[in-house]
Parts: sequence; structure tokens; C-alpha cells
Amino acid sequence: MSLPATRPAAASGSAGLHTLLQGTHLWRGHELAAVAVPSVPTGHTALDALLPGGGWPRAALTELLCARPGVGELSLLMPALARLAREENRWIVLVGPPYLPYAPAFALAGVDLARLVVVNPRQSDDALWAMEQALGSGACSAVAGWPNRVSERALRRLQLAAENGRAAGFHYTSGAATSSSLAALRLQVEPADTGLRLRLLKVRGGGMGTTLTLAA
Amino acid sequence: MLWLALHLPRLPLDVFERAAPLPGPAVVVAGDGRTVALPNAAAARHGVTPGQKLSAALALVPDLETRTRDPSAEQQALESLALWAEQFTPTLHLQPPDGLLLEIGGCLRLFGGLEALAARARDGLAELGFDATLASAPTPAGALLLARNGLDSLVTELPALRSRLRMLPLDGLDAEATVLLSLARLGARTVDDVLRLPREGLARRFGQALLDGLDRALGHRPDPRAPFVPPARFHNRLVLPAPVPAVEPLLFGLRRLAAELCGFLAGRQEGATRLQLRLEHEDHPPTDLRLELAMPSRDAAHLMVLAREHLSRLALPGPVEAFGLALEESAQLAPRSLSFLAEPGSGAESRAALVERLRARLGRDAVHGLALVPEHRPELAHRVAEPGTPAASLHHAPRPLWLLATPRPLAAGPQGPRLDGPLALLDGPERIESGWWDEGDVRRDYFVARDNSRARLWIYREIGPGPGERWYLQGLFA
Repeated sequence: MSLPATRPAAASGSAGLHTLLQGTHLWRGHELAAVAVPSVPTGHTALDALLPGGGWPRAALTELLCARPGVGELSLLMPALARLAREENRWIVLVGPPYLPYAPAFALAGVDLARLVVVNPRQSDDALWAMEQALGSGACSAVAGWPNRVSERALRRLQLAAENGRAAGFHYTSGAATSSSLAALRLQVEPADTGLRLRLLKVRGGGMGTTLTLAA
Repeated sequence: MLWLALHLPRLPLDVFERAAPLPGPAVVVAGDGRTVALPNAAAARHGVTPGQKLSAALALVPDLETRTRDPSAEQQALESLALWAEQFTPTLHLQPPDGLLLEIGGCLRLFGGLEALAARARDGLAELGFDATLASAPTPAGALLLARNGLDSLVTELPALRSRLRMLPLDGLDAEATVLLSLARLGARTVDDVLRLPREGLARRFGQALLDGLDRALGHRPDPRAPFVPPARFHNRLVLPAPVPAVEPLLFGLRRLAAELCGFLAGRQEGATRLQLRLEHEDHPPTDLRLELAMPSRDAAHLMVLAREHLSRLALPGPVEAFGLALEESAQLAPRSLSFLAEPGSGAESRAALVERLRARLGRDAVHGLALVPEHRPELAHRVAEPGTPAASLHHAPRPLWLLATPRPLAAGPQGPRLDGPLALLDGPERIESGWWDEGDVRRDYFVARDNSRARLWIYREIGPGPGERWYLQGLFA
């Protein structure tokens, strides 16, 4: 007698969970996430839909894994940078870019050059220091950096600085994808035949493992 | 008229201890080399007193540190302090060897009244490392007398001042010891006793000066004083009690110098834009550091951050004996209260501060903004600029976000340009012809190309008279 009696109970519990996942609670969870993660739209609707705040997190570190430059990895940020430059009277800082940032291209992408600051540190330590200073200063809406080697401890500091300074931090790395990262958002950027393929490796407060292709 | 007197009873010692306290029992020895001018607290605890014979002091404390009194350093400290005090009033007078007089009647309201002003001055003096007594009075000599007698009192009315002064003991008077002794023999113990003696007899015995001095203090005689003439440029300096081989110990004293400078700047409603920090060594020429500020500042904390960054990168040629700040350039800066209203982090000041902080460590050229140049040749169409330089928009065909510092020659085969394999031309040509008029003759066809790993490149073919095609890589569509 005892066995049949428990079965319906287990079944109803499972049905309850199912209802929960399908129902309003999940929807509320999404809404909560949208409020909790201040973000700036990426300018790519398909990507925004996958990010909890509907865009790049504004006060956190995003890690961009990119094996080689020139695949559109920086263009990816341009709509957001143009928007931040327009909306906020704060710097957008590029720390240790691998080549000369070319002013006409930034202007063409709609980024107000008067907001742009380029920092060229001679040493890797200085690059991390400059990123941390810029992120934590409160004087920057976005900071993108190309440091050479980044320890886990340094990443944690950058993430904290981004939170304190309310800055969108973008850390470009060519390093292999490791399993753990302290960044709020982590994605791999690869060239595709018709544009850019993004693989979401980690999304704090959202789904992961998704791949999408953005048209060039 | 209302006067504020600042009396610095320990100035001879302060000039040695402002950079760093003397660790053990120490005394400043008078110019004669034999008498204790002033003991520090540790020496005083051992029973060393001002005026004591040095030999007696050494008997009490065998390992007593001694410094010979340095009147020029005292004078210099007094002058720097006067510059700092200009934040309160433009009318001030040096009272060597150890006093300063400020006419504050006109600025009381600005500072929220006498009490508030005095509190601010007291806090400021402590921040600068001076031990001071403050007193106010309607006559300058009266204020000085009160302050020199250690009466930390704020008097504003003549009657109150007169009754205060009358109670002063005789030895508080600024008179020669023989005069004081003679007066004591006449039975006078206080100023009041002196004033009760017949004036003619006093003038005959002690000269008119004694009476005149008292009359000026009491407000019976006018008391014109020579105004302080500030030096052409602000600079201050501290001597370390002992040479230090590192920069960290300098920060304590440097903070005091920065605070002094900022008081001066506040008085002029200015901010520093260029400073020189000089470190003096015994066996080497001085080390000069230049602090440049993108926006004028009189925030001592901010100046310290900059100075610290500069110092941290410095290799000292030898131990530092003394150091000083000199204001090389300044600019108008609105009163400080405005910056309190700005939202933290969003103000222009903090944006400038970030640029300065980065430059202080990385060098000036390592931090820059970008600007456009109306020029056809791509490598000349941009330039570095001060961060924040507004840019006019120009219209262009596609341009890469990354530019190579110098174009890189590409191999070319029968199928066209190659870079680790053939390059596919996606877009182009865009003909760029320019510069024949200034010897920079350029004729190029630009293409957007794609390489094997699907990176997009900006390349061009040089159109020249010579044989063969010459291709170059100039940018990356990052």
C-alpha cells in the first residue's frame, strides 16, 4: 500500500516544479535580473536577449577571448561605446591596445573622440594598474584593456574596481578558455563566414553555453 | 579692526620636527652653543628646561640629541606660514621671531564668525605641524601680548582687552630683563601696577618705548605696521632630522608642505597646474620632479597622490636631507565649495584627476586622446591630442579600428597579395591620391581583405611607375 501512495505525491511534486518553471515565477526572476544588472545595450538585439540585463554589464568585468586581432572583436563593442560616450560625460579608456587606435574609425562608429583616452603602458604590470585605476576612478563609463598576463587575483581586483567605479570593463585575452573566471560575463569571439560567432562561456545570472552569430 | 595673533612658542624646535619627529630626547641649542633654547617633550621629561646650560642638560640625558638653532629656517617657516595664512586675509604682518598677525575684521563673515575662523586656523596650524597659541584683540600689540602669554583667548572689545592686559604679570611684557627687574623692585607685579606708577617718572627711568608699547597694546596710540610682502613665487622647504635613504618617510612632511601650498592657493582662488618637488642630497645635485596637472587643483590629497606616484618610480641617487615644493604655474580656480556639490566621479575634476594619476606613473606621453586631421593620406588623418579634445566629424569610407604604426609590406603572387596564404579582396578599390604638392606623393588603391583565419585587413596597392605590384597591410578591422 505504501508504494502506490507515494507515487502520486512524487508525481504531483514534479508537476509543481514544472508549473513553476513554466509559470510566472520564472518570468519574475527574469524581470528581477533585468533590474539588478545595470547594463548598456550591445546594439545587437540577438546578443542583448541572452544577457541578463539586456546588454553589457555596466559595473562589472566582461572577458572577451579572442585568439587573434582583426576579426571584429572591437567592433562588437562600438555601438555600446558610442552610446556611453553620448549619454555619459565620462571617459572611455583603452589600455594597452595592440595597435594604434585609428581615430577616423572610432569617429565613424559614432564614438565621440572627446571621450576617448588611450593609455600605452610599457609593462604588463602597469597595464593592470592603469585598468584598475581607470575602472575604479568613477571617471570612466567603459574601460577596455589588453594586458598580457592576468592572474586570478588581478582579475578579482579588476572586477571589484569595475563595481566600485560603475564602469563597464572589457578585458581582451587571447588565452585559452579556462573553466573558472571571476568576470561577470565571459565570451569567446571567433570569425565566422558571415560575421562574428560568439560563444557565451559564462553569464552571471543567465544562461551559458549558447552560441550565436552576428552579421558583419 | 580686529587682529588675530599666531604665536609659535616652539618654532625653533618645529623647524626640525615638521618633516619627522626627533625620536628621542633632543634640544635646540641657542646660538651661543652652550645654552638650551628649547627641549622637546622627551628631554623635558628628563628635567631639561629652556635656558639651562647644555652641560647640565647632557648630565641629565647623556644621549641627548642636539640641534643648533637655525634662525633662517625659522624666518623661512614664518614666511611660508604667512603665505598659507593668506587664505584668511590679505592683510598680515610677520612678527619675528615667532609670531604672525592677521587683520581679520573684514573676513569674519566669510568664515562664519570669529570662533569658526579661529578653529579653522588652529586645525590648519596643527595640520602643518606647528604648535601655536591664538588670540584675537582689537589692537595688534594687544593680540600679540595675549598670544605670547599663552592666553588662547578671543577678545573683540577694547574694554575687555584693557582689563585682560592689566592683569598680565610683568614678565609677560616684551621688555628687557633689566627693565622688568627694576619695575619689580618698585613693587610692580602686573601691568596694572605699572600703569598706576607716575608716567613721567617711568618715561624718565625706562625711556618712552615702554610706555608707548603699552599704549599701543591698550589702544591709546595708533600702531601702524609694515605689511607682509609676499615673495614672487611660492616655495617651502623642510629639513629632515636625519637623512633618509627612501621616499616613503618623506610623505609625512610632504603632506604638510602640500597643505601649506593649498592654503596659499585658496587665498588667491587659484589651483596649481605645475609644481616642482625638489629633493636635496648631501653628495649629489638635487633631484627635481615636475608635477603637471591637466586641471588646476588645490586639493592637498590629490597633490599627494600625484607626488606619491612620481616618488614611487624614482631611484634616489642618495639619502634625502631636505625637500621642498615650488609652485611653478597656477590658474584661476573657483572656491572649493562648488566641488562639494558635484556628484562623486562624474565631475570634470575627477576625470582630469584620473588622467594625471595615470600620467604620473606612466609618463605624460603614455596617456592621450585622439583627434582627426583633415588629410587624405590615412596615416596622417589622425593625431594624438589632449584627452577631451573635441573632434569635428569627417565622413569616410570604411576605416579599420586598428592602424599599424608603419604599413607592413606584403608578399604578392600572381593571384594578388598574400599573408600566410592568399588574401581575398572583399571591398575596394578606394583610390587615395594626395600629397604631390608637399613631396608626400601618394597614390594608393585600398581594399578590405580577408585572410585565411578570416581576419579582416585593410591593405593597399601602391600605384607607381615601377614594375610589379607592391602591397601593404595598414590596418585591422578589429
